[in-house]
Amino acid sequence: MQPIKTWLKRLKLGRRAVIALPLVWLTLFFLMPFALVLKISLSEAAISIPPYGPLVEYADQTLQVFLNLGNYLFLLSDSLYIAAYWGSIKTAFVATLACLLLGYPMAYAMARASARWQLILLLLVMLPSWTSFLIRVYAWMGILSNSGLINNTLLWLGVIETPLQMMNTQLAVIIGIVYAYLPFMVLPLYAHLARLDNALLEAASDLGSRKFNTFIKITLPLSTGGIIAGSMLVFIPAVGEFVIPELLGGPDTLMIGKVLWEEFFLNRDWPVASALAMVMLLLLLIPIVMFHRYQSRELEK
Amino acid sequence: MRLLYRRPDFTTVMLVLGLLFLYLPMGVLVVYSFNESQLVTVWAGFSPKWYGELFADRQILSAVWTSLRIAFLAASMAVCLGTVAAFVMTRFGKFRGKTALSSMVTAPLVMPEVITGLSLLLLFVQMAQLIGWPTDRGMATIWIAHTTFCSAYVAVVVAARLREIDRSIEEAAMDLGSPPLKTFFTVTLPVISPALAAGWLLAFTLSLDDLVIASFVSGPGANTLPMVVFSSVRMGVSPKINALATLIILAVSVATLIAWWLMHRKEKKRRLALQEAESQ
Repeated sequence: MQPIKTWLKRLKLGRRAVIALPLVWLTLFFLMPFALVLKISLSEAAISIPPYGPLVEYADQTLQVFLNLGNYLFLLSDSLYIAAYWGSIKTAFVATLACLLLGYPMAYAMARASARWQLILLLLVMLPSWTSFLIRVYAWMGILSNSGLINNTLLWLGVIETPLQMMNTQLAVIIGIVYAYLPFMVLPLYAHLARLDNALLEAASDLGSRKFNTFIKITLPLSTGGIIAGSMLVFIPAVGEFVIPELLGGPDTLMIGKVLWEEFFLNRDWPVASALAMVMLLLLLIPIVMFHRYQSRELEK
Repeated sequence: MRLLYRRPDFTTVMLVLGLLFLYLPMGVLVVYSFNESQLVTVWAGFSPKWYGELFADRQILSAVWTSLRIAFLAASMAVCLGTVAAFVMTRFGKFRGKTALSSMVTAPLVMPEVITGLSLLLLFVQMAQLIGWPTDRGMATIWIAHTTFCSAYVAVVVAARLREIDRSIEEAAMDLGSPPLKTFFTVTLPVISPALAAGWLLAFTLSLDDLVIASFVSGPGANTLPMVVFSSVRMGVSPKINALATLIILAVSVATLIAWWLMHRKEKKRRLALQEAESQ
């Protein structure tokens, strides 16, 4: 009896150790850092290393706790920050919508292809995302700039006399986001559409439903999971995007990721950068929870 | 004639247009990497000289080496952590902290990079104050940061595979008295090894590609390839970067082609085996 007992005990201990490994790592390096961001966002900027003041101080037998809401009030008082948040959400929304409108028919055609072609098409859509994000954004600099490919071609054809301003505009940022994130929209959409039972569509058409009607009543509702997942995979990172507005955007494209970067690296104001991150997280909480619920439902299937 | 020539429908046209949209800009990069002129946008004749300049650039070469080392170590660690996380989520039933774990596994997939980067930097600064480590940030801190977000991707890939495979084989092994750990290494691991390879490759490319998180958690010593490329690209277009881009696209294309060929061969074998089984 004794050996079995110790074996079971060891098993339980082993089970705990296995659970603890990812849980501890992610708590330490993913969850804890957010608590620190919250803490620093409540501290005061100081000229020291690191550049923020303490939250708790113990001197002369008194414990002092400083909670400085000034950083948040500062964000509210300066219209630049509000404009940046609004600009990010607007840009990310338009780009997500464009991704969906382009990605949905692509995923639909992929799901209807033969098994052999499905694999090839899937690899073709994913391949760009495995190369380099930075270089793919950079590619558009050479295409959109005033002496870029499009302007040169149009000038040569005589369609325009002076180059069109396309670089450093809102449009360039949206094109960049759509280009960089399109594979992440197509992938979950394709996964859902490929799973769709063909018998349902055939039944609908046998019963005399028109193609468009079948699409609205059957295909679209059955692929909502993919639409949500794809849209969140594009929208959430796009809101905090730094590289694309930095390389393709101009003075009129205010985006919060870029503002945060500048607060941190140029102004070295860590508390304000932390407050910016906390507010961004708050704004993205609903989309993140939506994505998480979808993902855990997928995982439980 | 009508039967032979089918009018392509709307979705097929969109698929072709979408693929053109994805590949034309990359094609432009490749073509202009062979341009003689310093101006990336004016064609001045064929020349491979920018490749020569690329390989003479010490800064880029050392950044490539740094990035490859970090990516290799981060991908390897992420596969270990991510596989354990996936196994715990799919095979351990209910336990305390399951919701927390599954949230922490999916959240990094969509977390804006600036937030992850900033929060990890603040952690490293705090740790340095409390326990004296890390004294200076560099490869080790980038490795930890990359391992963390890459293990989330690995966990999702591996969990999907773990859910697909037949659990009865694992159960049979355990019923026959194989201890859980042995069952995992001798039964489960061989079955999910393609998913582990896919997860490792994904983590490797993600780590190689990351600019924002690495910029936050790196110190003055360690420059990864994206950091060097970014500081050069900020100044404007440069044909050397085009040459680098071409080599990256080439490497990824070759790797994808090999992966496709392996999958294709496996599928063919499976179909042949099925046919044989049917004919018997």
